[in-house]
Amino acid sequence: MKRAKLFAFGVIVAGLYGALFAFETDVIRLCKQGGWYFLFPVGVAFVFSYFHGGFTGMFWDVLGVQAKKSK
Amino acid sequence: MDASSLNFIDLTVGNVAFLLFVGFVGGMVSGFIGSGGAFVLTPAMMSMGVPGIVAVASNICHKFPKALVAAIKRHKYGHVDLKVGIILGLSAELGMLYGAGVQQGIKTRLGDAGSNLYVSAAFVVVLAIVGTWVLVDALSLYRRGATDQEEKVTRLARWVHNVQWLGPRFYSHGAKAHIPWLVTLPIGFATGMLAATIAVGGFVGVPAMHYVLGLPSMMASATELVIAFIMGLGGTIKFGWGGYVDLRLAMVILAGSLFGVQLGAIGTTYVKPFMVKVVMASIMMLVLVSRAIIIPVYLSELGWIERIADNTAALLKQVSFSVMVAALVVGAVIILGSLIRGMRAHASEQATQAQDICED
Repeated sequence: MKRAKLFAFGVIVAGLYGALFAFETDVIRLCKQGGWYFLFPVGVAFVFSYFHGGFTGMFWDVLGVQAKKSK
Repeated sequence: MDASSLNFIDLTVGNVAFLLFVGFVGGMVSGFIGSGGAFVLTPAMMSMGVPGIVAVASNICHKFPKALVAAIKRHKYGHVDLKVGIILGLSAELGMLYGAGVQQGIKTRLGDAGSNLYVSAAFVVVLAIVGTWVLVDALSLYRRGATDQEEKVTRLARWVHNVQWLGPRFYSHGAKAHIPWLVTLPIGFATGMLAATIAVGGFVGVPAMHYVLGLPSMMASATELVIAFIMGLGGTIKFGWGGYVDLRLAMVILAGSLFGVQLGAIGTTYVKPFMVKVVMASIMMLVLVSRAIIIPVYLSELGWIERIADNTAALLKQVSFSVMVAALVVGAVIILGSLIRGMRAHASEQATQAQDICED
């Protein structure tokens, strides 16, 4: 189950990074607009942090690197 | 400066690999001590040809999601004092705005060399005072053999908890005491101002929360992540409004740093609070050396001392940058070493307990 979730998050993260570079020109154009377009980098950063944060957390977990459980 | 006139660089495989690595190492340090890493990323990006303001903006844009992920993780371990983090974070925003204004003023009057000199001098002064304090404390704990003992609240923090004439106070569950609002203002302001100046507000924020507000060092380092998130979000909005954020750079750094952040945060569950001080002091001292090396170059560029030959200046800049990277790597090696030792000790402890249960 844990591995399946890791895989799903991994695919989503790969898709996000793929899209970021596939639409590089549009990404740069939107970033340079300024003004209310600041919502674009902020929003994208939140989306990446959710999926990539989840992925990296599960990644170390599946590898057996887990936090010490307090008694 | 108009954002449309700025060049957003073409990213090569080499650039991406380097940013992933620095992001990973910086993230590990951030997850462990609450800040760090950012001071290497801005000069690293600039060395790739990224304009200074874009490097600062992209660095800040990777900082807030990183701090968010790390803060949530450390919150799960019970390390975060959310109330203190939010209160300090808000005054840190003011400090950041003021610090950015001071930077701009110096740059207008003295140019790039003046601005660089100001940043380096701020590094040296702050790290010499705070770094020495943290180092002396860590050494004294080590000499007394008190590295395993619970941390004592400093005399200054006890005074802050008991002072009645400083106006309204709020309860901090981290410090397990009431803290006057008035004391938090200069701490938050200084943290923000330092973040705007040297990109690492935590060099003031973490020691201040521990020694002045009386939070355990483990909680101080985790609470700094909340402050970093608030400041990072504010900074990203400010730079994003100007059109200076290169989202590709920010997300590439984030890709590496989130792997590191998770590892650094996990590391905190295996070590004694003493290790936070060791890592912090080691990084601070090395960064201090790095910045001290470069100061004569900026003084020479301003014509305030005799001119330093170009090749000597280039060499000093190279050595300074290498020492900075070394500071980050040393921090990461200590964290990894502590994590591996802690995990091994924990595993053998559990094996012994399992054996005892079987024998019973």
